[in-house]
Amino acid sequence: MAKVKVRIPAPLQKITQNKQEVTCEAVNIKELIKDLEKQFPGIKARLLDENGKIRRFINFYVNDEDIRFLKHDETSLSEGAEVSIIPAIAGGCYGFD
Amino acid sequence: MALTNEQIERYSRQIILPNVGGKGQDKILKAKALIIGTGGLGAPCGFYLAAAGVGKIGLVDSDKVELNNLQRQILHITADIGLPKTESGKKRLAALNPEVEVITYPIRLDSTNIMEIIKDYDVVVDGSDNFPTRYLVNDACVITKKPLIHAGIFRYDGQAMAILPGQGPCYRCLFPEPPPIGAVPSCQEGGILGAVAGVLGVLQANEVLKFILGIGEMLVGRLLIFNALDSTFRIVKVPRDKDCLVCSEHPQISKLIDYQEFCSLKVKKDCYIKKIA
Repeated sequence: MAKVKVRIPAPLQKITQNKQEVTCEAVNIKELIKDLEKQFPGIKARLLDENGKIRRFINFYVNDEDIRFLKHDETSLSEGAEVSIIPAIAGGCYGFD
Repeated sequence: MALTNEQIERYSRQIILPNVGGKGQDKILKAKALIIGTGGLGAPCGFYLAAAGVGKIGLVDSDKVELNNLQRQILHITADIGLPKTESGKKRLAALNPEVEVITYPIRLDSTNIMEIIKDYDVVVDGSDNFPTRYLVNDACVITKKPLIHAGIFRYDGQAMAILPGQGPCYRCLFPEPPPIGAVPSCQEGGILGAVAGVLGVLQANEVLKFILGIGEMLVGRLLIFNALDSTFRIVKVPRDKDCLVCSEHPQISKLIDYQEFCSLKVKKDCYIKKIA
């Protein structure tokens, strides 16, 4: 288990009690999303589609690397890593509210 | 082209910069930039490009000036309310720098008109406020190999990236597809601090000028993320996606798509949007 910092984008901060940064413990991104859901119920549905895949307009970065170019949600996390969730944005619209 | 005395005086503070000089100023004067959207991003971007002397600036916007625009869309002033934004934008840029030729396109871009418009320009700035336009502009620029400066803003956050088709990733390498219709029951009007729009719009102008001058490292393959509350800039890597729908070797998209606006707030406003192609 690695303890990591997770940056939460503005539209999801409603779910994280207005925190723009939270702490999770997880070995990889898949587990991290589970831990996020445990701490902040409802967040998973915003991040994953009905097939459990990360939505195509949302990216996860470990430090400055996009996990789509690593091992997707199997990308492992090391202690102290910084995870960023970055959605596409357009003029007041995120892909979720 | 020799600079006039007045041009040397007007542009002196940039002409004296290392890597600019008279030659660089000449490049700026000959450059043609298209700004899509004259709102929070396009307005500050337009001002700096006109001030720098960009020879021809195209303004695309189908909206009219509203009172609630003025908090951030600094090309437009109170007396412009009700005017097409392209008109007030042209007036303001011409007042700042009469040398600049400003072309107005008071229309909404779609798959039938975008190619004809972008072909006259060296570089395109995306300051649009909706996903259908964003993806349309990206795809059109990739297909025609037109440099594109992207930025997006939401509340206290901003993102910016430069797209040089063929040389680096495109917007679809970053976010392959817009949110699907129906996946989003309601879209919030997020709000925006005017100065945040300003930061990103000015960053876009800066990328345009670097492109014209051929100086520095553009934001190619790098997404710049601005957090206004922390006053931090971060950069994440954006690799080229070898399976990109539009810019890979085997693109699945070869013709432009008119996506339907997924945001219910905007659909009400733009009831004339076309069905998905």
